[in-house]
Amino acid sequence: MDRRTFFKASLAGGTALAAGAASCPAQARETHPMPPEAVGLLFDSVLCVGCKACVAACKQANGMPMEFSTKDQYWDTPLDISGKTLNVIKAYRNGNMEAKDREENGFAFIKKSCMHCVDPSCVSACPVSAMQKDAKTGVVTYDKDACIGCRYCVAACPFGVPRFTYDSPTPQISKCQLCIHRHKDGKYAACAEVCPTGATLYGKVSVLREEAKRRLALKPGEKTEFPRGHLRAAEEKALRGAPEGKGEQRRQGWQDDGAQRYPGVAGQYLQHVYGEKEFGGTQMLMLSGVSFQKLGYPDLPPRSDAATSETLQHTLYGGLIAPIAVLGALTFIARRNVKHEDGEGGQNG
Amino acid sequence: MIETYIDETTEAAATVAGRLRIDRREFLQFCAATAATLGLPTGAEAAIAKAVEKAQRPSVIWLHFQECTGCSESLLRAEHPTLEKLILDVISLDYHETLMAAAGHQAEAARKSAMKANKGKYILVVEGAIPVAQDGIFCKIGGHKAIDMLKECAADAAAVIAMGSCASWGGMPSTDPNPTGSSGVADVLGKPVVTIPGCPPNPYNFLATAVHFLTFGKLPEIDQLGRPKFAYGRIIHEHCERRAHFDAGRFALEFGDEGHRKGYCLYKLGCKGPETYANCSTIGFGDVGESNWPVACGHPCIGCSEKGVGFTKPIHMTAQLKGMSPPASYPGVVEQQGKTSFVSAAALAAIAGAAAGGAAMLAKNLGKQDDVPAPKKGE
Repeated sequence: MDRRTFFKASLAGGTALAAGAASCPAQARETHPMPPEAVGLLFDSVLCVGCKACVAACKQANGMPMEFSTKDQYWDTPLDISGKTLNVIKAYRNGNMEAKDREENGFAFIKKSCMHCVDPSCVSACPVSAMQKDAKTGVVTYDKDACIGCRYCVAACPFGVPRFTYDSPTPQISKCQLCIHRHKDGKYAACAEVCPTGATLYGKVSVLREEAKRRLALKPGEKTEFPRGHLRAAEEKALRGAPEGKGEQRRQGWQDDGAQRYPGVAGQYLQHVYGEKEFGGTQMLMLSGVSFQKLGYPDLPPRSDAATSETLQHTLYGGLIAPIAVLGALTFIARRNVKHEDGEGGQNG
Repeated sequence: MIETYIDETTEAAATVAGRLRIDRREFLQFCAATAATLGLPTGAEAAIAKAVEKAQRPSVIWLHFQECTGCSESLLRAEHPTLEKLILDVISLDYHETLMAAAGHQAEAARKSAMKANKGKYILVVEGAIPVAQDGIFCKIGGHKAIDMLKECAADAAAVIAMGSCASWGGMPSTDPNPTGSSGVADVLGKPVVTIPGCPPNPYNFLATAVHFLTFGKLPEIDQLGRPKFAYGRIIHEHCERRAHFDAGRFALEFGDEGHRKGYCLYKLGCKGPETYANCSTIGFGDVGESNWPVACGHPCIGCSEKGVGFTKPIHMTAQLKGMSPPASYPGVVEQQGKTSFVSAAALAAIAGAAAGGAAMLAKNLGKQDDVPAPKKGE
């Protein structure tokens, strides 16, 4: 290739790229907004007492087997979320662990389960729509019948949530689906249902966000009330019992109670609601007294990877203009460079 | 252990049994039970029996101030073999307003003479809080203010034991707004004393403390609040019979609901077990059976023995959990999973080497392909 041809080719290629980029600015996409009725969890590390009731309840509600990490296999002791565990409580330990929710010489508990991103990478990466985001509730669901086992979701998730059951002959992805299978019975996430201190709270994300902001505004040591279970908006009547209010449904006990509150004392919080902005927002919000990075949650930009990668992809491949232009340019170069070596091509030479 | 011991001390045990009007077996059972409550090793009952057999019964002066006599009452209802006989005969209870036959000046005289005769050797037990507001005029016995009487009796005592929450830290009388300035014994005396808090405390906690003193000549190991560690070293929650329900998230939400009927955890009903140090969940209360302490019979613990909890926090207010630092079995934030064995590392290195070699060969061959057509062109 001589100098002249090289310049021609690069010019053609550059034009094609520019044309592609200019032709489809509409494809650049912003981070998806949250569905207005989106539901999620609020995890408050300061309230968590590390009882692991949520881990046990999650296993029961989702029919997951026990997982052992100790020699004596008496207790369910998962080290992390896995094909057998959708939710786990981890401990942050530092120094002599004398105070809770303190970074130095302290300890803290942290929940690890699906964040239910507003704009999930796993859904964006899934080539067959096995991962989907429920349009109404915003729950990120998984359809094992659609899954082809490519594990793109595993690689795409910034929180490392989807897990592949490598040890199964018919493997699938396992991840928290916010107990969506229980919603039709009027029940909600089992982890929130059993939490004794309301550290894991279920509800609409808008309501949970308000609750999180309320807690951050409290002075440490201030007396307050904490909700437990399912936090409903004030105007939303809790559905329990017969109309007169004393029906049998109320007596189901621990199975469901939507309006529990208890008096408590505000702890020391970092002024940060994790998941409010991170990665385009998540439907699981978190509060803590210890930095989230120390608790294993990465510092993420407000723009989701899904938005970035889809903008890139849709720009490059929008209307297939850019690929066709590039193909044209390459074809042109290729044809230019064809040297006819038999005598018939002699005219050109 | 008891059997081997019996041979050596049959005579002595028989003497004591005769004095107490119980049979020898019952006496040795009492000693064994006391040793168990104290958490002493096997064989300690022998030392206890030996100490109890001694004829010199320590003099005990038992004072009552702002209280309900519930501590004395529960002590009387301790029913290990004829225990009330034992405690009244093992020790010499020289002054006890409820139990003594004497009254009026006679009673006062008994106290004074006991104090004089056993100066520096008697045990002082205090039941009830001491009012200190307005110079302590709110409680007088025999014309003496409680605060004066306590100081007078404590001055020459070998040991002071505060019996019940009132004497330990103020208890129920000290509940806000506390108009009489009710205070615990340690606060009034300005020195630490052994405290047996509870409302009422388990009688065996007191008996074990007293017998420990008899046996070893000193009081048992205590914590910073003066509580014997054998009884108050752990929170009730740790050994609660309903603990498994707590760990599995099964709670009673109201009295009589399904969870309550099934015996689920009472934490959400306000059980103070998680913030109260006592052995209620490990030893039965007052011999009425293991299922008759509050939590067992379906009522949340009110934290009666714990300052700042009992009579302070509302009964159904949720407890603030204590001692929740993560056990070793809890996973850390980052857990290394899976191990790299030498074989797998070697296999991986071999594959990497093969790949590198292959890539090098490929690059070499690519260059050759370029070279090969050149001579053709020349042809």
